[in-house]
Amino acid sequence: MKWFDYAAPASLAEALQLRAAHPQALLLAGGTDLLVQMKNGRRQPDVVIDIKKVPELNALSIDAAGALTLGAAVACHRVYQDAAVRKHWPALAETAEIIGGIQIQGRASIGGNLCNAAPSADSVPLLIAMGGTCRIAGPAGERPLAVEDFCIAPGRNALAAGEMLVSLHIPAPAAHSGVHYLRFIPRNEMDIAVVGVGAQVVLNNGNFQSARIALASVAPTPLFVRAAGDGLAGKPVNEESIQAAAEAAAAAATPITDMRGTAEYRRHLCGVLTLRALEAAIRQAKGSH
Amino acid sequence: MSTNYRVIGTRPIRHDGADKVTGRALYGADINLAGMLHGYVLRSPHAHAIIKRIDTAKARALDGVKAVVTAADFPVTPDRIVDLGEGETPLSCIRGNVLASGKVLYRGHAVAAVAAINTHIAEEAVKLIEVEYEVLPAVLTAPEAMAEGASILHDTLKTKELGEQTGRVSNVAEHFRHTMGDVAKGFADATVIVERTFDTATVHQGYIEPHNATALWNNDGRVHVWCSTQGSFVVRDTIACVLDLPVSQVKVTPMEIGGGFGGKIPVYLEPVAALLSKMSGRPVKIVMSRKDVFEGSGPTPGSHTRVKMGVNAEGKITAAEATLAFEAGAYPGAMVGPAAMTVFAAYDVANVTIDGYDVVVNKPSTAAYRAPGAPNAAFATEQVVDEIAEKLGMDPIDLRLKNAAKEGTRRADGPKFRKIGCVEVLQAMKASEHYRSELGGPNRGRGVAVGFWFNVGLPSSVTISVNADGTVNLVEGSTDIGGTRTSIAMQAAEVLGITAEQVRPTVVDTDSVGFTGVTGGSRTTFATGMAAYEAAQDVVRQMKERAAKIWETTADAVALDAGVFSHEGKQFTFAELAEKLGSTGGPVVGRGAVNPRGAGGSFAGVVVDVEVDPETGKTTILRFTSVQDAGKAIHPSYVEGQMQGGSVQGIGWALNEEYYMNTEGTMTNSSLLDYRMPTALDLPMIETIIVEVPNPSHPFGVRGVGEANIVPPTPAIANALYRALGGGVRLTRLPMNPPAVMRAVWSKAN
Amino acid sequence: MPGKIHVNTTINGEATEFLCEPRQTLLECLRDTLNLTGTKEGCGDGNCGSCTVVMDGRIVTSCLVLGVEAAGARIDTIEGMARGNQLHPLQQSFLEHAALQCGICTPGFLLAARELLENEPDPSEERIRWFLANNLCRCTGYDKIVRAVQDAAKQMREAKA
Repeated sequence: MKWFDYAAPASLAEALQLRAAHPQALLLAGGTDLLVQMKNGRRQPDVVIDIKKVPELNALSIDAAGALTLGAAVACHRVYQDAAVRKHWPALAETAEIIGGIQIQGRASIGGNLCNAAPSADSVPLLIAMGGTCRIAGPAGERPLAVEDFCIAPGRNALAAGEMLVSLHIPAPAAHSGVHYLRFIPRNEMDIAVVGVGAQVVLNNGNFQSARIALASVAPTPLFVRAAGDGLAGKPVNEESIQAAAEAAAAAATPITDMRGTAEYRRHLCGVLTLRALEAAIRQAKGSH
Repeated sequence: MSTNYRVIGTRPIRHDGADKVTGRALYGADINLAGMLHGYVLRSPHAHAIIKRIDTAKARALDGVKAVVTAADFPVTPDRIVDLGEGETPLSCIRGNVLASGKVLYRGHAVAAVAAINTHIAEEAVKLIEVEYEVLPAVLTAPEAMAEGASILHDTLKTKELGEQTGRVSNVAEHFRHTMGDVAKGFADATVIVERTFDTATVHQGYIEPHNATALWNNDGRVHVWCSTQGSFVVRDTIACVLDLPVSQVKVTPMEIGGGFGGKIPVYLEPVAALLSKMSGRPVKIVMSRKDVFEGSGPTPGSHTRVKMGVNAEGKITAAEATLAFEAGAYPGAMVGPAAMTVFAAYDVANVTIDGYDVVVNKPSTAAYRAPGAPNAAFATEQVVDEIAEKLGMDPIDLRLKNAAKEGTRRADGPKFRKIGCVEVLQAMKASEHYRSELGGPNRGRGVAVGFWFNVGLPSSVTISVNADGTVNLVEGSTDIGGTRTSIAMQAAEVLGITAEQVRPTVVDTDSVGFTGVTGGSRTTFATGMAAYEAAQDVVRQMKERAAKIWETTADAVALDAGVFSHEGKQFTFAELAEKLGSTGGPVVGRGAVNPRGAGGSFAGVVVDVEVDPETGKTTILRFTSVQDAGKAIHPSYVEGQMQGGSVQGIGWALNEEYYMNTEGTMTNSSLLDYRMPTALDLPMIETIIVEVPNPSHPFGVRGVGEANIVPPTPAIANALYRALGGGVRLTRLPMNPPAVMRAVWSKAN
Repeated sequence: MPGKIHVNTTINGEATEFLCEPRQTLLECLRDTLNLTGTKEGCGDGNCGSCTVVMDGRIVTSCLVLGVEAAGARIDTIEGMARGNQLHPLQQSFLEHAALQCGICTPGFLLAARELLENEPDPSEERIRWFLANNLCRCTGYDKIVRAVQDAAKQMREAKA
């Protein structure tokens, strides 16, 4: 690794000052992607800003409206060990449990998973499906951004110079809603999604009221397939409508062939996994109050 | 020797156990010498290119850099053929693989190296070395390399054709043939003939510890090397050859080794570290990264195999034919020889022809991997046999039993089998609770296969010195990768009539023990165990003389039984006599130095149940049973461990592992994330059945058990998958990963 | 270029200080600076688990932690697992079950398994396999490792009862 300086600011203001002063600096949360990229030379910061001491980035709280605030540096283990998260956002807890292995989950954060902007990021399709938003702070103050607009290219995100992700916000689960994330990997753990699908459904008297579907590893960024979900609104919950949504999702995918799978295979998996994720979300919605 | 053993067959705790569970055991990379520098190797970014120019000036100028080395720093000596334990090889190939000269032949080929005060500076310095390349087209598979007009790797490599030098320059180093009987007549007698082609991808041994080497070129001219190796004497002799030194000037200390499986026999870093040490006057340590291990060490060959077999109506195999083309990587020496020796070894067939091609390609120079070549060959043969069984409507184990090789069966490559356990392994498979159990459930299939590995002997040396407290120190030169200190000590203990714990085994450096071959070829418990047996017998002989002296009789009148020396009612325990050595003539040191033949090959079999998700192509291993002939299991836990480890490497090879190469010859999955070796979560328990058909050439009947177990898993899983998919489509390429299984599902649907 | 950073930390219960460059990983600091070589490096990118240590009560891969991040933290390594001459029940169980062959992965497995059993005294086989999936072993096929953990769990439960 090339030489860099290290700073560990204790406040958001200090972190933003450092960020502004060192445009080439990179932010360190869990480091499980960053250190790998620094070791292989893909990223060469002059300063590494360790943000784990900034209080706002460590927040895990639920507001009066029942929405979840998840600080950008909160490690996966805190997510899946939190009783409220397990109760209200079980899909988030389950996804935090499959990002890397136990050792990785002791360090890696959902915010980092998003900022890393890998097309294969497991948590991102789920965050999109849940309608998550980002709280971004920068020299010009703060701005919100929908998660689906955050990743703009492989390894590139929408943060402008001097900006940083502070936290993620996930709305309270609606009545009769269900969320599920499903990925396909050749092994059973410690693997990168060949295809991942996040799906949220809200049901109303045997019909879909709304649905959101997002995909991993089938496009240059995690892909929000809005039309596939919108197409379900008002439709009855049955095999035909679910199959149509799965086909729409697969059609929207633009996968490539690489060491993790062929384009043909990935497109096929999009359909299979969208169907399975929707079915799981529906089961949850039917069981929820 | 009675077969009522007191030590053999028990399960003592391994002698190096406490060190290995407390972190105290010192592996190669753990060494830290005063003033030590850290090395880093520059590797080729191209799969095939001419090196036009190397400029190291900027690297040398960097603060903290102490030495830079390239192939130009090797001594200039004429090329010659050397045999360093893995067959005859030109010295130029060994040197060329250590540091490229003139050309780079694969992505990851070492080009230069730097020693600096820390690894970070060494790494930065390596990036400052300027190399000008003229990139050439790369050939990545045997069929490409053998094609007319293919890009040629070595303009000095001339094809050896059926034993004759042809003078023809090509990428085919050798074409050989084994033939026996009349194959045409054999096929004419057949009622069912099956012929298929099979491909396997390049795979890696996947040891968890990366290669490492630390060298000190001392001021007296002696070179001391500490490293993780399967054979310290091979490292010593290779360094001596590469650096043109007498072997007596090189001392190799084998540190604890974190896995090898054949891949830690070749030498990569040691001569480089030695040269850097010579230049800098300081010890130098080099440790490979995981990417270096994948790109710059020796994986096992990818292969392209055609197998044709015929049977008559009674199910007797009448003829067998195989063509094996193996990818050696950058230098000749693909494991196609052993593949040809094993391809039909499980069967008694009168009419056989086997053609082998050793082909160089622009991939890393291949190395041994657990029964090297045999799994590639068995993947073909065992699927063809399975298909024949189906066509005949025979149980696949019954067909194999009907044709199984036995004592006296001749192999096409020449040898006649002595006592072997092929039939016994098949019978144990058939009798197993697993094979008789219900499979149950849709999308499931059961497969079986057998495999053979011939094992080797090679030299081993052991000394045993007796301590006054009745214990002994056993000194050996075999690197202990999987508990062999204990399996060797147990054989000495059995002879001496003491406990395994009363033998203290130590693996020492090349100055301190007689020549000992590699820990490989499943030879260590067999051959070094035999050396320990001889050394212990030598101790017994001397101890009897001492007792005879005290009892005023002759040594041959003294008996030893269960650790008690006796003569006409007088007795000494081993410990009592040990205490008297000082007063009866001084220390007793026994020696054993052997070069045994009769390694006694081992057969292994697998019964496996799989379940396929027909929508994703994912295979789950539901149940797996490994059966193997151990001759005699010295320490059954470590025999089971070999069987389980080989089985799981086979499962990884079957389902996911491969060098995924892009068209430029870069392995794009060179990490343990994307190489996808099995994790604990991908497996069931691995059931084991140890078969014991004693090897008549070993005093306790030992057959090596390190390798045969990896041979049957890939075809057994392929056969299981065939049935899980409902028949009709066979997977003939490894790995049988989810996209490949899905393609099979689709091909059936169409 | 600024100099090294002074780090105050606690390793295996003892206050420890060391100097490191910001770019050095915790693994490098443990092995090269503090000579705690029981922690091994197998891949350098968090995928093999050989470099597992416990950081503030939680297992991490030390190849993906910076040395400077150890400041103020509690780090436990394999060297601190035995209590004096008394092996931890997991260490003893690994020996009795022959759950190691080459032994390079063993320190990481032992620390990961200890974290599991401290939090879940009676895990299922599936749960053990899940928890240990970040630790690769190439020698054993995991069978004897899983059995050793199961047996150690039983003994630890019985010792508590």
